Amino acid sequence: MSALAHDAEKSETRVFDLDLVRRDFPILSRTVHNKPLTYLDSAASAQKPQAVIDVIRYQYEHEYANVHRGAYSLSEALTSKYELAREKVRQFINATTDREVVFTKGATEAINLVSATFGRTLEAGDEVVITGLEHHSNIIPWQLLRDQCGIVLKVVPVSDEGDVSLNDVAAALSKKTKLVAVAHISNALGTLLPIKEITAAAHAIGAKVLIDGCQGIAHEPVDVQDLDCDFYAFSGHKLYGPNGIGVLYGKEDMLNAMPPYQGGGEMISNVTFERSEWAELPAKFEAGTPPIVPAVGLGAAIEYISGFDRTDIAAHENDLLVYATEQLQTLNSIRLIGTAEKKAAAVSFVLEGAHPHDLATILDRSGVCVRAGHHCAQPLMDRFGVTATVRASFGMYNTREEVDVLIDALGHAREILC
Amino acid sequence: MQAAEKDEDILSLYQKIILDHGKSPRNAGVVEQHDCRSEGKNPLCGDRVTVTVAIDDEGQVLDLKFDGKGCAISIASASMMTEAVRGLRTDDVRKLIQAVAKLCKEELSPDQFIAEYGDGLGARLEPLTALSGVRQFPARFKCANLPWHTLLSCLDGSDSATTEG
Repeated sequence: MSALAHDAEKSETRVFDLDLVRRDFPILSRTVHNKPLTYLDSAASAQKPQAVIDVIRYQYEHEYANVHRGAYSLSEALTSKYELAREKVRQFINATTDREVVFTKGATEAINLVSATFGRTLEAGDEVVITGLEHHSNIIPWQLLRDQCGIVLKVVPVSDEGDVSLNDVAAALSKKTKLVAVAHISNALGTLLPIKEITAAAHAIGAKVLIDGCQGIAHEPVDVQDLDCDFYAFSGHKLYGPNGIGVLYGKEDMLNAMPPYQGGGEMISNVTFERSEWAELPAKFEAGTPPIVPAVGLGAAIEYISGFDRTDIAAHENDLLVYATEQLQTLNSIRLIGTAEKKAAAVSFVLEGAHPHDLATILDRSGVCVRAGHHCAQPLMDRFGVTATVRASFGMYNTREEVDVLIDALGHAREILC
Repeated sequence: MQAAEKDEDILSLYQKIILDHGKSPRNAGVVEQHDCRSEGKNPLCGDRVTVTVAIDDEGQVLDLKFDGKGCAISIASASMMTEAVRGLRTDDVRKLIQAVAKLCKEELSPDQFIAEYGDGLGARLEPLTALSGVRQFPARFKCANLPWHTLLSCLDGSDSATTEG
């Protein structure tokens, strides 16, 4: 980040006032079953601040056309906003250049993009290393690649605490390792992985690194140059932005060396029936009309978050995590799944005698939204011998009082079920 | 939590009989000498149930057991299903499977359910009307229906069933 940009940000930094923050998110004032909404599912998708909602509405009402095409002012105006959103992403993750910021429809597509392009350069016997706590979206693309071209998929074990140790990652690396693909933060447990150290270990033996940053981007400051990862994938909707937009960060030389992902308009520089040439980065990976307004909305979300000192947000979320963990442990017969030392913004648990789905249905009647299920991490559930957990996850707008509502509602649910 | 304590919908979903079957399921296990077996899954939540059925030459269900992991609703539904279906002819079982789905979707009231399908089976079908509590919770329909859906695919000779697709 340039000194100038840094100063500009600093001068605009908002004090983190929870009441004011909550007022920025209009949905938080609604009720569910006549109870105030207690939204504890931000790890699945975060709510949207007014600033994001307003931008989306403004674009469709006043300034909408396709991008990169029209030689008319409407298209030019939106094109420059689309590209400005890319620049905001670049600054947010501190990429070297906006050529390294590829817009996708989400993190899933971003990871599939890498498996379908970088993956095509791999050969039978090459190894891809993942961990036992990955989301299905960072498992299946590599299984598909394995089935296509015979790579070997190695899985780093998860400890009883739901942690992944650097030693175990190092033990899984070999001369054949071509890629290490790991989550920044576990979506199911909240475990924070040592991604900088993992990246260094992988690079030391010549492997590339992809970080699934779906959860990480919302809770941790991300500096891709400092991390030195080769790819960082995330979705906009978990970062208080709209859905339908995601980002693949890739080092410029990596993206240049990779074949295109999808073919179509936008991604070419010249087309004949004999042969075609690819557009420069990042257009090479953005075939077809992109998610234009969602990208602009993501830019607005990033601007909103960047208005705060992110350490204030992280401190608040950590307070919620510590408080919720304490309060849950006061309940009888609770089993916390995921007790790693370093965690962020999510608690996963099971209550003896009460299935997560039954709990979630009853919690909903108290206005409490939690996720019950396998969290798209079935191998991780198997690791802990459960089919499902309840997960309460926190965003910047949640409160200790909402944790109290959760605890009360769990007690009530247990009265009904047990 | 005063209002929540009077939540009739929740109390209707989690009636005593449902909780009882959910906690102490009947006929849990596997019919060793089975004629058909099917494993049902709800891939969205990970719940699964395996149904094994023994049928005699006359097409009558001799024995029926289930083995599964799931929520109170799906386990209770499976447990009550085994009690209701045992001894029925398979063509009546098929009718009953359809009727239960309608009961859970509010297409049949509990009284209609008994009147239309309970021909001589009233006492046996009575407990199933507790499943109608699920109608206020569309997201939980699949929980109640998974065992029945799996039983149908079992009778159809398929070894697997899914609530999706």
